[in-house]
Amino acid sequence: MIVRILGEGQLRVDDAVAAQLHALDADLEAAVERNDQAALEQALGALLERARQGEPLPPDSLEPSDVIIPHEDATVDEVRKLLTDEGLIPG
Amino acid sequence: MKGTYAPMSVMKRVSLIFKSKANKALDRMEDPRETLDYSYQRQLEMLQKVRRGVADVATSRKRIELQMNQINQTSGKLEKQARDALGAGREDLAREALSRRQSAQSQLTDLQAQYSQLQGEEEKLTLASQRLQVKVDTFRTRKETIKATYTAAEAQTRINEAFSGISEEMGDIGMAIQRAEDKTAQMQARAGAIDELLASGALEDASGVPRDDIQAELDRMGAGGNIDLELERLKGELGQGEAPKEIGAAADGAGQPATAGASEAAEPPKGDDGA
Repeated sequence: MIVRILGEGQLRVDDAVAAQLHALDADLEAAVERNDQAALEQALGALLERARQGEPLPPDSLEPSDVIIPHEDATVDEVRKLLTDEGLIPG
Repeated sequence: MKGTYAPMSVMKRVSLIFKSKANKALDRMEDPRETLDYSYQRQLEMLQKVRRGVADVATSRKRIELQMNQINQTSGKLEKQARDALGAGREDLAREALSRRQSAQSQLTDLQAQYSQLQGEEEKLTLASQRLQVKVDTFRTRKETIKATYTAAEAQTRINEAFSGISEEMGDIGMAIQRAEDKTAQMQARAGAIDELLASGALEDASGVPRDDIQAELDRMGAGGNIDLELERLKGELGQGEAPKEIGAAADGAGQPATAGASEAAEPPKGDDGA
């Protein structure tokens, strides 16, 4: 699976790690739902730590990612915006 | 199924948002070749933007660095003033200088945190800009290949593949620039506030013009204070005072007894006693 960490680039992770990422992502989702910044930071931190163990994609690849993880210091509001299109600068 | 969140994670939804952005952009163009050239144009613009972003962050970081140096000097000067004031028996002035020094130190701690934040931002943006440069070069090569080799129908598929990847990168880097600009603007505002604080003399005046009030008070008492200091030093020389460490200083700096006495007082004895 190809993962993008916003602001950091893309990585390829194997299936075992991908499964762990999906599990951690549920925590992230719950934190956003509850508007809980502390829980969000914890979930995001765990997600990023796992994802960064993947292998970085070479810079000359033009592949789209399967999943995208918000940037490291994202707030609940910022993640919400990411989910609604508002937070994106059109490419 | 739409209402349930479980099967549609945050990570997946964010990636879908990116993809739908790319698809919208693709749909706007009728001729595939037009899509390629238009996209390439946007990529070049984005590259310029991210380079400007890096430069802005670097400028902000340098400004903070300058302020940190200024405040460091202030802090050192306030400490010296406190020592001079104590030496002149003015504990009230010394206390005031030390309290200003404390406030300067807390500004410094704030600035240090901002500085390392900006440094991190700058590093990330620099890497992102290098990455984008490589991707843009790759895209340019691929676009020429696609234009030369494929029929329109095949080209469309190839273009979609190349386009969605670079479009995601552009969306990402666009956001990164936006975030960096927001942070830079916040820090510029705070840096401006600190400049005002420095200019008002509330923290200090490192240049000496205009003289701050602590220094003014010390200077006003200057003549009398120096006489007292001289007396103390002389007493020491005659072996009847409590300042034996001044003996060496007086022997070395006979030319400028007053300044030598003031600066030597801060240092430990240099072992001339035994000689």
